[in-house]
Amino acid sequence: MEASERRVISVIVVNEASVLSRITDLFSGRGYNITSLTVAPIPDSKYSRLTIVTSGSVRVIEQITKQLHKLIPVLKVYEHADLVEKEMALVKFPASENITDIATLCAAYNGKIVNVAENIIIVMVADEPKRVDNFLKIINKYNPKEIVRSGAVALER
Amino acid sequence: MQISGAQMVIEALIAEGVDTVFGYPGGAIMNIYDEIYKQDKFEHILTRHEQAAVHAAEGYSKASGKVGVAMITSGPGFTNAVTGLADAYMDSIPLVVISGQVPMSLIGTDAFQEIDAVGISRSCTKHNYLVTDAKDLPRILKEAFYIASSGRPGPVHVDIPKDVTAQIASFDYSIELGLETYKPHTKGNPRQIKKAMEAIAKAKRPLFYLGGGIINSNAAYEVRELVHATGIPAVETFMARGTLSHDDEYLISMLGMHGSYAANMAMSETDLVIGLGARFDDRVTGKLSEFAKNAGVIHVDIDPASISKLVNADYPIVGDIKNVVGEMLKLSSSINPAKYTSWKDTIKNFDTLHPLTYHEDTDRLKPQWVIQRVGELLGDDANISTDVGQHQMWTAQFYPFSRPRQFISSGGLGTMGFGFPAAMGVKAASPDKVSINFTGDGSILMNCQELMTAVEKKLPVINIILNNNYLGMVRQWQTLFYDKRHSETDLSVQPDFVKLAEAFGGIGYRVTTKDEFDAALKGALEKNIVAFIDVVVERLENVMPMVPSGGSLFNMMLLEKKEKKK
Ligand SMILES: Cc1ncc(C[n+]2csc(CCOP(=O)(O)OP(=O)(O)O)c2C)c(N)n1
Ligand SMILES: [Mg+2]
Repeated sequence: MEASERRVISVIVVNEASVLSRITDLFSGRGYNITSLTVAPIPDSKYSRLTIVTSGSVRVIEQITKQLHKLIPVLKVYEHADLVEKEMALVKFPASENITDIATLCAAYNGKIVNVAENIIIVMVADEPKRVDNFLKIINKYNPKEIVRSGAVALER
Repeated sequence: MQISGAQMVIEALIAEGVDTVFGYPGGAIMNIYDEIYKQDKFEHILTRHEQAAVHAAEGYSKASGKVGVAMITSGPGFTNAVTGLADAYMDSIPLVVISGQVPMSLIGTDAFQEIDAVGISRSCTKHNYLVTDAKDLPRILKEAFYIASSGRPGPVHVDIPKDVTAQIASFDYSIELGLETYKPHTKGNPRQIKKAMEAIAKAKRPLFYLGGGIINSNAAYEVRELVHATGIPAVETFMARGTLSHDDEYLISMLGMHGSYAANMAMSETDLVIGLGARFDDRVTGKLSEFAKNAGVIHVDIDPASISKLVNADYPIVGDIKNVVGEMLKLSSSINPAKYTSWKDTIKNFDTLHPLTYHEDTDRLKPQWVIQRVGELLGDDANISTDVGQHQMWTAQFYPFSRPRQFISSGGLGTMGFGFPAAMGVKAASPDKVSINFTGDGSILMNCQELMTAVEKKLPVINIILNNNYLGMVRQWQTLFYDKRHSETDLSVQPDFVKLAEAFGGIGYRVTTKDEFDAALKGALEKNIVAFIDVVVERLENVMPMVPSGGSLFNMMLLEKKEKKK
């Protein structure tokens, strides 16, 4: 087997019904992985931008980009080499945890406390996906009640 | 022009020059059928099953080169048609298939005969549409025909809710196509073409590997020119049969699982594969790591995703075959056709060693003889369809094809039941040629209801049933790889095929000898109505030679040499 590598692919698609299913069907039908997928409209255009984090051998990644290109509503496919990549995470903690510690950690990962209620606090961080991984590992000891990650977005440098 | 959605469908079909539509009505598509009733610009052929409608449209398209059109209703009408869509998708056949859908207001409510049709067809069509407003119909239909027939062709499915077919909107078919995200490459990169031609000029044992893309691109005659100008021998895939004429001195034969020994050995020995519109399918390559192991690879294809998918291409050229081969021809004077004498001798020796043949050593007719006999009697005058199984492989091996679009068969999906309806479509597209369907005793029962269509619409398809009382191809694998455990493949219990044909108003023959076969074929041709010729053939004949699944092309199971009988 050829080595499997993590890859980030951006896809520009026409904003129309079922375009997302076309893309996810392609991945599941051909047995490709999706680690994360984000999608949002591109401002002032009829297009949307998807960021897909996937993994596969060089040959598989090449097939993925070619197969994506074949879909009729796909305008462009970028397989990123040199990119800036960010991901956001929201984490809910019991208010009984050490809030000062948590706030300090958040700051180190480009984040802050975004909501405080009687029993819980919610924090956000926004950083490279690898660093978000790290953050989530570290805060584990503060008994997070819920974690949500946004999936990565990326831009070519 | 302010017209209804249903009228728009009719107007679009007429504007596209459609002369034949295959279909089957039902509730959700009744508005469109009402408009079909009122018009006389194209013929509607009512098949007796929706699967058959799509296969007939495929046959029609393959024989004519035009887009095939089929129409079906929602729910079960659509699901019956799915096999046809998948078949057309695998074999890159341009179709526009229009289905009715429940009204917009009922979508998502599990309404009567509602099914998520575009959800199902997404993975077996080139593209699909759910029309939500009649004003979009002209654009969608125009796009559907364009997408189906351009680039790598394929089926496009258009699902139209009933209320949209009733809605009135403005119709203007002269609109520009949008589709700024769909721009198929047709011209090959000139630098790549030049490099490829230089590689050919340097090669000692080059080999053309001709695929079905040549036929789709209507490039067979250009390819013939290129082969003759360069003097390089050629093998054909199953889908490319008829690209070169059977008597072309440069044609080795078909390659692959049931290809000839010489073709597969040539592929194993070549130092440069020149792939034209072929996709290195597993039935062709055998074990990938051993395939053309010491060869460079030129790969011309209109679909970039086909290139380097399975076999790495050293000279990838994305473009329409006709276009690229035209450019290659202009540069072909750098190639010396006299150079390949010893290479061609080597191949000839392979062929002498293990020719593509069979033994006539039983009292029963041999299926291969039947196919060769039809070739002798009809040759170029017939279009040849097949079903799926041993008879299909024998047809590809032994029929003397002389032109592109003469051979119509389900390659990629291998759909039993394809042959008869496809042969009807072929006859509709090409009425001056005899339409033969070589079929099996298993396959023919998978769409035999089409006898009714063929009788009604006077489509005198001659179905030659090579009757071995087995699901022969599966039986062959069981014999060879499952220690003769013939699990559920014995078809000893059979209908009376003669009576079956007659019950629908066709004609039937049962034959056991060569003379009877000749008489039956003559009779069927004279009667000029749909026919079943039930030919009793040797039951346990195997398709040989054979590359066992996953084996290397050069490691073939071969026809046993005949022992002299006294
Ligand atoms: C719809 C469908 N079901 C099952 C198969 C698997 N299959 C491939 S060949 C074959 C046997 C076909 O028997 P018959 O039509 O009698 O042809 P023969 O091989 O005997 O010539 C079967 C069952 C198939 N290709 N298509
Ligand atoms: Mg059989």
